[in-house]
Amino acid sequence: MRNTPLRRMAALAVLASIVGVAISYLIDWFPTQASTAAGDVDLLYDVLLYVSVPIFVGVMTVVVYSVIRFRARPGDTGDGAPIHGSARLEVVWVIVPFLIVSALSAYGWVVLDNNEDPQADEMVIKVQGQQFAWHFEYPGPDGKPVKTDDLVLAKDRPVKFDITAADVIHSFFVPAFRLKADAVPGITTTFRVTPNKEGTYPIVCAELCGIGHSTMRQFVKIVPEGEAAAWLERERREATASASVSGAAPPLTGAAR
Amino acid sequence: MTAVAKFRGPGWWRAALSLPLGLLFSLALVAAARAAYGYDPVIDGEAVTTVALIAMPMAFLVGIGCFDYWFRWASGAPTVPDDHSGHGARSWRDYFRVNTDHKVIGIQYIVTTFVFFILGGLMAMLIRAELAAPGTQFVDPNTYNGLFSVHASLMIFLFIIPVFAGIANYVIPLMIGAPDMAFPRLNALSFWMLPVAGVMMMASFFAPGGSFATGWTAYAPLSTDMPIGQTFFTLGVQFAGASSIATALNFLVTIITMRAPGLTFFRMPLLVWANFTTSLLVVIATPFIAGSQFFVLLDRALGTHFFQTGMGGDVILYQHVFWFYSHPAVYIMMLPGFGIVSEVISANARKPVFGYRMMAFSLVAIVILGFTVWAHHMFVSGMFAWLRIPMMITTMLIAVPTGIKIFSWLATLWRGVIHLTTPMLFALGFITMFTLGGISGIILAIIPVVIHVSDTYFVVAHIHYVLFGGSVFTIFAGIYHWFPKMTGRMYDESLGKIHFWLSFVFFNLTFGPMHLVGIDGMPRRVADYAEEFAGLNAFISVSSFLFGLSFLVFLYNMITSWRAGPRADANPWRAHTLEWQVSSPPPLFNFDEIPTVVGGPYEYGVPGAVHGVFSGGDTKDRAPSKTRPAPAVAGD
Repeated sequence: MRNTPLRRMAALAVLASIVGVAISYLIDWFPTQASTAAGDVDLLYDVLLYVSVPIFVGVMTVVVYSVIRFRARPGDTGDGAPIHGSARLEVVWVIVPFLIVSALSAYGWVVLDNNEDPQADEMVIKVQGQQFAWHFEYPGPDGKPVKTDDLVLAKDRPVKFDITAADVIHSFFVPAFRLKADAVPGITTTFRVTPNKEGTYPIVCAELCGIGHSTMRQFVKIVPEGEAAAWLERERREATASASVSGAAPPLTGAAR
Repeated sequence: MTAVAKFRGPGWWRAALSLPLGLLFSLALVAAARAAYGYDPVIDGEAVTTVALIAMPMAFLVGIGCFDYWFRWASGAPTVPDDHSGHGARSWRDYFRVNTDHKVIGIQYIVTTFVFFILGGLMAMLIRAELAAPGTQFVDPNTYNGLFSVHASLMIFLFIIPVFAGIANYVIPLMIGAPDMAFPRLNALSFWMLPVAGVMMMASFFAPGGSFATGWTAYAPLSTDMPIGQTFFTLGVQFAGASSIATALNFLVTIITMRAPGLTFFRMPLLVWANFTTSLLVVIATPFIAGSQFFVLLDRALGTHFFQTGMGGDVILYQHVFWFYSHPAVYIMMLPGFGIVSEVISANARKPVFGYRMMAFSLVAIVILGFTVWAHHMFVSGMFAWLRIPMMITTMLIAVPTGIKIFSWLATLWRGVIHLTTPMLFALGFITMFTLGGISGIILAIIPVVIHVSDTYFVVAHIHYVLFGGSVFTIFAGIYHWFPKMTGRMYDESLGKIHFWLSFVFFNLTFGPMHLVGIDGMPRRVADYAEEFAGLNAFISVSSFLFGLSFLVFLYNMITSWRAGPRADANPWRAHTLEWQVSSPPPLFNFDEIPTVVGGPYEYGVPGAVHGVFSGGDTKDRAPSKTRPAPAVAGD
């Protein structure tokens, strides 16, 4: 007889969990996936949701069910059952969450390692954050670096970004790649990405860097390999041309201070 | 009183006189030092302001009278150890002077912190007004950055942390059967440092170059480069921090040494446990934020190079030191709430707290684990990469003791006799909102996901679920629960329920959608954003205004009930803990006779069980009981 409310409540919780998982499945959470890492990150997030929703729904069910079932009738001044605890139950709710979080951590670790693996044939692009814009530096065909304020990447060509900052901390964030790394004065941070979908996607600064922080937004363009090479060649020629006019290219550092 | 006596004795007159004296002192010190070094000009505005931000608050504290007794004692003048002239409140004026009564100090804390809560809330309204549409609406980006920085600093350092200290100040000595806190004068000093810190942070808006605008995190080197407004934060935090360290020491000594006879550690109410563990966190962790801000101050004022790269400084160092405090600070802002919820739920479900010992141990586990997770705030900061994995694992493990607490509250509800009073509604609302905040916390521990969502609105959503849906809901629960004890009057129950439902609904409509814009890639701390986020942001802004309005119901209820609510009984909730066994409000020294504790604090439903007895035999509505052993823990 004592089990009836428990069973009824468990049935309710299962039903509500199914609805909850369905809703979280239907919500379109993420921006476009434009890197090989994005799919894995989104899947990991979805798995986290499918594990979390039943836990949340379970908690809610117990609260709502208890409030309805065990609510005091008007004038009831009695006390509840003097239950002080249950060692068995307490062991269960230590061990089960422990196993869940351990499994999720392991899964997270695997995805992380996978996304940060060095790739063959990586193109190294230097990124510099400066109040309030991003500057880029490509390896030129002749070994001389090509400086530009646009970021154009070849589809399916792995890239490694070496990120620095000229003044304060910025954060190089490309939502479509699901990747972000702070640009820190004094050190070089990195992230690796293999873009896999053509298009134009926002780059934003995600670390408060001063007055212009919210305007520090640029775009990354992903184009076919040949087009990217042609673009880089144009940039190189323009840079050389303007360098021969003005004498020297302006140095990247120190301009904002 | 003659005019001279007015300025000689402690109080507002003397404080008003000491402020300009503090300023003069700063001018003189800076002028003398600069003249001695041959600097030109001898008066430098930034240097004077920096010195004045230390000298003027100290002068104010001396003027208002926080140090009078100690000065007299140190100078060998006669002091009366049993002088209780500064103790207790006979009129409203006694709330506006240095007072050594923990009940007066508790109310001073609560009212002061709610004033800053309102100010911080109004700033939030301005923030949401600015964000209602893309582009610039009302404030320029610099003011905007200042608004969210001051908003967060007030809410954290001037509301959540100290309001818990205020509630505990009032309740803890009563709960443990003590006449007051262990160090009443230190207690008064702790309180008076708070308004000082708050006024400093607010005053930064009048500084040249605007208020501090680097977030409450004040990351270097941005904070070392900012105009003078930043110093108002750097030094304001020192006063708030010193206040919280002193109070925590006071709580530790009070709880360790002043418990009533028979009140063993494992008979203490869970609020006492919560404050004990919180105080441990405060005394260990708070010196780290003090250190981080002193480094910033030294870089700014004295030209040191803690955070100047190229001069041997290290930018990441700031974040390590800062978060070594600021992650435990999250638990400083949550553990007292756990305590309040345990009290409210057991009294309103008429049941013993399920798994009492595990509830106490889980608090201790959170304290210990809380010191091992700080770098999860730095997963994309560029710190050494290997540290991320252990920090992810410890962060995930904190879910275990937190889970123990949530499941134990649920089990406490089971087969209870549940009274849905306003504090109970807030406690139940807390459980659901905090579970959501905990789940988004788990998501924020998994490195590949957090690389995407860190520094986005997802984090803003998470922090508000934890600190508003979590901490602030427990604060409301606590205020309603002990309102009859503090004021001797009952609040209006239906207004309380309206307040709950309005806050619960509009809280979720405000902060729920922030998860979505965050995952979609909207960074936080931006005055302007891309078109694609316009729809949801407009919705969030409208919800937030309604959410803000819901607070007026609370304010109206509190003011009118305090002035003219129906008289409250000693024990309107029929709770067992000691604070309910004395009149509402309690007598000047709390207990005419110190009670003896003979059992656990939550023995609801155990026939004849009592927590404390007065040897005079009068335990109010309960039959006098002979001393009996604590009831054994009943099994499954």
